[in-house]
Amino acid sequence: MKPTLEQLTAQFTALNGPAPVALVPTQPAASAVPAAAATASAPVAAAPKPPVQTTDFAIKGYVFDATVAPAQVVAAAAIMERAGFGLDAVTGVDWIAQNEMEVVYDFFHPEVNFRAVYRTRVSRTTPEIPTISPVFAGANWHERETHEFFGIRFLGHPDLTPLLLPEDATFHPLRKDYQP
Amino acid sequence: MNVSKELLPAGPSGEAPQETFILNLGPQHPATHGVLRIRTTMDGEWITRAEPIIGYIHRMHEKMGENRTWAKFLPNTGRIDYLSAMHYTHAFVGAVERAAKIEVPPRAEYVRVITSELNRIASHLVWWGALLLDLGGFTPILYSFEDRELILDLLEGLCGARLTFCYYRFGGLCNDVDAEFIDGTRALVKHMRPRLEMYRALVTGNIILRKRLEGIGPITAEMCRKYGATGPVIRGAGVAYDVRTVEPYSVYPQFDFKIPTYPEADSMARYHVRMDEMEQSLRIIEQALDQLPDGPVMGKVPRVLKLPVGDTTYAVEAARGRFMVRIVSDGKDTPYRLKLRTPCFSNLSLFEEASKGMMLPDALAMLGSLDLVIPDIDR
Repeated sequence: MKPTLEQLTAQFTALNGPAPVALVPTQPAASAVPAAAATASAPVAAAPKPPVQTTDFAIKGYVFDATVAPAQVVAAAAIMERAGFGLDAVTGVDWIAQNEMEVVYDFFHPEVNFRAVYRTRVSRTTPEIPTISPVFAGANWHERETHEFFGIRFLGHPDLTPLLLPEDATFHPLRKDYQP
Repeated sequence: MNVSKELLPAGPSGEAPQETFILNLGPQHPATHGVLRIRTTMDGEWITRAEPIIGYIHRMHEKMGENRTWAKFLPNTGRIDYLSAMHYTHAFVGAVERAAKIEVPPRAEYVRVITSELNRIASHLVWWGALLLDLGGFTPILYSFEDRELILDLLEGLCGARLTFCYYRFGGLCNDVDAEFIDGTRALVKHMRPRLEMYRALVTGNIILRKRLEGIGPITAEMCRKYGATGPVIRGAGVAYDVRTVEPYSVYPQFDFKIPTYPEADSMARYHVRMDEMEQSLRIIEQALDQLPDGPVMGKVPRVLKLPVGDTTYAVEAARGRFMVRIVSDGKDTPYRLKLRTPCFSNLSLFEEASKGMMLPDALAMLGSLDLVIPDIDR
């Protein structure tokens, strides 16, 4: 099966629904902020990038980049699975300034040049996200690694004991506030 | 080996009690080629569960990447998979060049391809000798290390290192190749062809080897996809997935070479893939030497390298499969996040599923056919 960029874009757009993707709010809801302050802070936050976009392989190294809600990662993995992708990696990024954790899912396609990425963000105070290991068995180890390095809990994961760190490790070394 | 016994109640109809025991393989065991531990639950000679336990030589390269400048991470790249250092450096410099839009002169790209393919042959030679050693044949490793030595001498002449090369730089290479290297590489290609023929005649058709590998340890294309297994493992499952052709990088599109695939998906298929790959690497080297352009080997690179904000990935076909670097930059002179996606990590992760129900010696033969390098798994 050889997926096309259009098919994948349509499927992810449908997944996200008509409304803009509901990410974890970084600030209180707009109603709580005075209108003047909200408009003043808008340009600082910059224009949000579209949740589903096509990127240039020569610049990015992948051609498809989607942002989904944390609850949608399993459905997104199922889309990738049906389209014949192989699991490349699951990893995290700690955005400490925004108090958020990003989880990035990389995929390669075994037959065509089609590198795809989708990502999501969770709150840094309760970093929890469903596991995709029932869809991609290989995600088991990647998620275990992401859990021990970032402290992101993958709900429903069969075994979140440390993989690379010592078995009694309770620290998360790739968090930006980690002090050895 | 530590053996502990656990007796389960007898079966309902009076048959022999089902008895399993835990067998610890490693972390110090010759068959694992490094500190890999496998906790197996055995039913007699058969494996009911084999759980790899990794992390014994975890060094946290990803954290090291975050606390040094882009260039200072270059020596680390040769220490992730110490048998395939050129490819790993290639992926890292490739990612930085892609993000910073650094132009690499064509001569440097050609030399990168030549040295990468030499490194691939050297790596496969180690695998070949070590696999046969695992299977009880001592002699082949002496031959393969003799050949590998010639390659290491050539690469040492370029950069001074024998394993941890660190030969590539952002924008090119640290040294140009000299006539000695070019003549030596041509001589090596001439030398290797009859040697590979000899290896085929002496080893590949050997009935003991075939009995140990044929039909043993099937890893299907579907399993490879689900686990992200790449390299000779996925090509041994009949899928022509090779980063050099599917996601072309460097100057690989300039060369005429085949991607060997074998549909049998057993250990022998993976063996054949690597043996054929060495021949294809020789073809690539020959063509690259013929086409090698003149010119500089370093492009224009800013003195203080700062990458634009955003993330960039770059994947290469390392000797063991797909190696990808994902860099996230926040505009400073150090990486904000550096993810190393290593092939052995994914290739080993399927071992638990693939080894279920196998006999222990067969599982070890399959482990050898996966060609694991433990620092590559543990990072």
